[in-house]
Amino acid sequence: MPPATCWSRPSRTAARGATDVARIALDLAHSYQRNPKRDEDYALLPLRMTFEDGGAYALLGPSGCGKTTLLNIVSGLVAPSQGTVTFDGRDVTRQSPQQRNIAQVFQFPVIYDTMTVAENLAFPLRNRGVPEDRIRQRVGQVAEMLELTGQLNSRASGLAADAKQKISLGRGLVREDVSAVLFDEPLTVIDPHLKWQLRRKLKQIHQELALTLIYVTHDQVEALTFAQQVVVMTRGRAVQVGSASELFERPRHTFVGNFIGSPGMNFLPARWNGHGIEIAGHTLQGTADTAALSAAGEFTLGVRPEYVSLALAGDPAALPAEVVQRQDVGTYWLLTARCGEALLRARLAPDSSVPRVGDQVWLRVAGAQTCYYGANDELIASADRGTGVLA
Amino acid sequence: MKPVNQKAWLLIVPVVLCVAFSAILPLMTVVNYSVQDIISPERRVFVGTEWFKAVMRDEDLQGALLRQITFSFAVLLVEIPLGIALALSMPATGWRSSAVLVLVAISLLIPWNVVGTIWQIFGRVDIGLMGAALAALGFDYSYTGHASDAWFTVLLMDVWHWTPLVALLCFAGLRAIPDAYYQAASIDGASKFAVFRYIQLPKLRGVLMIAVLLRFMDSFMIYTEPFVLTGGGPGNATTFLSQYLTQKAVGQFDLGPAAAFSLIYFLIILLLCFILYNWMQRVGTADKTGAGHG
Amino acid sequence: MDERRFRKRTVFLGLYLAFAILPVYWMVNMSFKTNEEILGLFSLWPRDFTLDNYRVIFTDVSWYSGYINSLIYVAINTVVSLLVALPAAYAFSRYSFLGDKHVFFWLLTNRMTPPAVFLLPFFQLYTTLGLMDTHIAVALAHLLFNVPLAVWILEGFMSGIPREIDETAYIDGYSFPRFFLTIFIPLIKAGVGVAAFFCFMFSWVELLMARTLTSVNAKPIVAVMTRTISASGMDWGVLAAAGVLTIVPGAIVIWFVRDYIAKGFAMGRV
Repeated sequence: MPPATCWSRPSRTAARGATDVARIALDLAHSYQRNPKRDEDYALLPLRMTFEDGGAYALLGPSGCGKTTLLNIVSGLVAPSQGTVTFDGRDVTRQSPQQRNIAQVFQFPVIYDTMTVAENLAFPLRNRGVPEDRIRQRVGQVAEMLELTGQLNSRASGLAADAKQKISLGRGLVREDVSAVLFDEPLTVIDPHLKWQLRRKLKQIHQELALTLIYVTHDQVEALTFAQQVVVMTRGRAVQVGSASELFERPRHTFVGNFIGSPGMNFLPARWNGHGIEIAGHTLQGTADTAALSAAGEFTLGVRPEYVSLALAGDPAALPAEVVQRQDVGTYWLLTARCGEALLRARLAPDSSVPRVGDQVWLRVAGAQTCYYGANDELIASADRGTGVLA
Repeated sequence: MKPVNQKAWLLIVPVVLCVAFSAILPLMTVVNYSVQDIISPERRVFVGTEWFKAVMRDEDLQGALLRQITFSFAVLLVEIPLGIALALSMPATGWRSSAVLVLVAISLLIPWNVVGTIWQIFGRVDIGLMGAALAALGFDYSYTGHASDAWFTVLLMDVWHWTPLVALLCFAGLRAIPDAYYQAASIDGASKFAVFRYIQLPKLRGVLMIAVLLRFMDSFMIYTEPFVLTGGGPGNATTFLSQYLTQKAVGQFDLGPAAAFSLIYFLIILLLCFILYNWMQRVGTADKTGAGHG
Repeated sequence: MDERRFRKRTVFLGLYLAFAILPVYWMVNMSFKTNEEILGLFSLWPRDFTLDNYRVIFTDVSWYSGYINSLIYVAINTVVSLLVALPAAYAFSRYSFLGDKHVFFWLLTNRMTPPAVFLLPFFQLYTTLGLMDTHIAVALAHLLFNVPLAVWILEGFMSGIPREIDETAYIDGYSFPRFFLTIFIPLIKAGVGVAAFFCFMFSWVELLMARTLTSVNAKPIVAVMTRTISASGMDWGVLAAAGVLTIVPGAIVIWFVRDYIAKGFAMGRV
């Protein structure tokens, strides 16, 4: 029997203590200035978000988008300038991280250099006056879960970065009533070949302990593999919250379309000319809601390179283009073609016949997975929901 | 790793020349004098290690050496804890930080003789604030008359003069500690003392070692301030090594013993310097290979 | 709990600052008093405020020439130290070569030498060279400890600049001098500022060599003031004013480099 199930948290099913968390609800905005007026004055634009108990969430976005600020507001290291944070209905906005029973793992390992691994793990419990034998038991359990048992008596400062991050994590897990564990880009200093090990360990911990985990990262691979729900953020705004497939198939904002996926979504400026979608002088027939498109007049057509395919000349959903570059990436071919002013990228299967540079081709862009974006870069129409088969 | 390039020596040559001119030539002179008895400009007799032996046996020297060691240890005992405490209480950011920084650093920028003058005045019973205050409190205070008062004043002066150096080093060291450590400690429920003991003090270790060695060496070489304040007195109560050496060399023109003593003095400093250098190299590489924070 | 701690720290800081400032204040206080008031009356601020002491200094050539002399040799020393240290620091920072660690250590030892050790040889050396009582003599003598210090500080700052910048410049066709002057030095100007500050400071405050190597023409202010001490019938007011004026250049310099000070000390290289 795996050791972890011996101690799966009894308080989950038993009476919930005051420090247990059902859900974290945010209804706030944050600015470092006293009287913010414009959008740029806000570090976090007004948002409303809920983190369900036991869920694994990722906050994904480029540097400076506010994800770390949001994390720090959830943990209590920062108090929002407006609004509230509630844990299970209780207002904890002014409470410290200690009072909220949060654990946080930072970008670089934070350990107490002069202590051994065991002493590091015991530290939070000692500060609370937990009896020694209970401490020893908990430390042993956490060390076993994190595969640190062999190093319990070594000095923490001499270990490698990934072991140190495990210690940082362990200090959070060792407290039995921890309500949520927050991660601020924790794999930044870990060697690439050890990253996947730690990621796997985090997923394991999530499954075994059913803790609420919130993970900040700028790496979409990390976010999409770790989390059940990803919050995509840019410039202080939470642009979309959804599962990996939702973000991939139906990005609600051009930013999400561009940021998720490698390479990101193709964007083609288009307009409704009464008969169909006009791009670079060429008219296409899409499968989307034409009423919304004609109402918008001018809009952007978004299609992922995975869904751009070679078509026959004259295909009503395809555009003519000239191939300017082709790259063999190994698992696929990346084709770049020019249509008018715009560049279009397509991912083609490795065994297909790939056109050469200079060839004139037709590329189907207005298909079932194509999305259309309006003036403020938000989704106005899309085709019927695809079945979400990721290329 | 740095590429090997012997032509880099060309860039070093000016420095080597300057310092050699200022250091090696005089040093050679000193060595020269230390092994000769210069009876007159024309008559020089090679005497080998005789001066060294005489110097070691000299009771005045032993007295000065003892006083010097006592002084240096006393200085460290006060300045290091006081400097740490000062660094901990200095504000970290804002205009207050700059203002406090400037006020604290002022004593470092005062010419050393002026430091002596300031305290010379400050300690006088007739015209100095401290002297008058002590006299008003009933103490029979006189730094020219009583050896203990002279020691007290010289120590106080050095603490006043150099604690800011320790404080500034520790201040910079504290600023280098990333916020995440304090945040994690807060999440772990650590007390203020625990934060000091487990986070701040360990992280200051490198800087403190530098401060200790620097202060020890500089205090070992101290000359100007005590010279101006007490002139070495009363008697020779506050005559430390540098002044003793200067007296011998310039005052009495006993070149041989003075030179021999100079070399011994220099070698002591060299040893301490070697320790400092190696320690700094160790701290430096530890910082670079430390698990990826900075 | 936070506020109580805050108050204790502020009280301690306040006490220390008072301790730090009081002796200086006392000297400033005295500099604005007449000798009669100093000796006759004990007052915490000048009852009979006077600028006479300062007037003496600014008008008596034997006083103000002291300041000028000091400024001259300190300036020469700072400039020469930096000029000589910059290429050397670059070499230590970028390359490894035969004996590099040993030379660096040897430089360090010179910073740590007790000046008393070199007093006599310097005296004889400069007499032989006919450089006694010149500004050059003191400037050169101070190179002993300032050049290693400058090399040390500059090397620290230079090591913080990635080598890619040098390589990019070479690829772009810059000659070494042009790269050094137009690209590299502006990048380390904080380091140059810190090095210049410390060179200034240590040369300005040094007494022993400055006094030994000068007599009349190049007599620095530090020597002028100590001369006053052996005279009887001490002119306290003027002495105090002279002392205050020696602090002024330092205070000005420190105000300008205050942001760089923490950075400079952070290198641990003083």
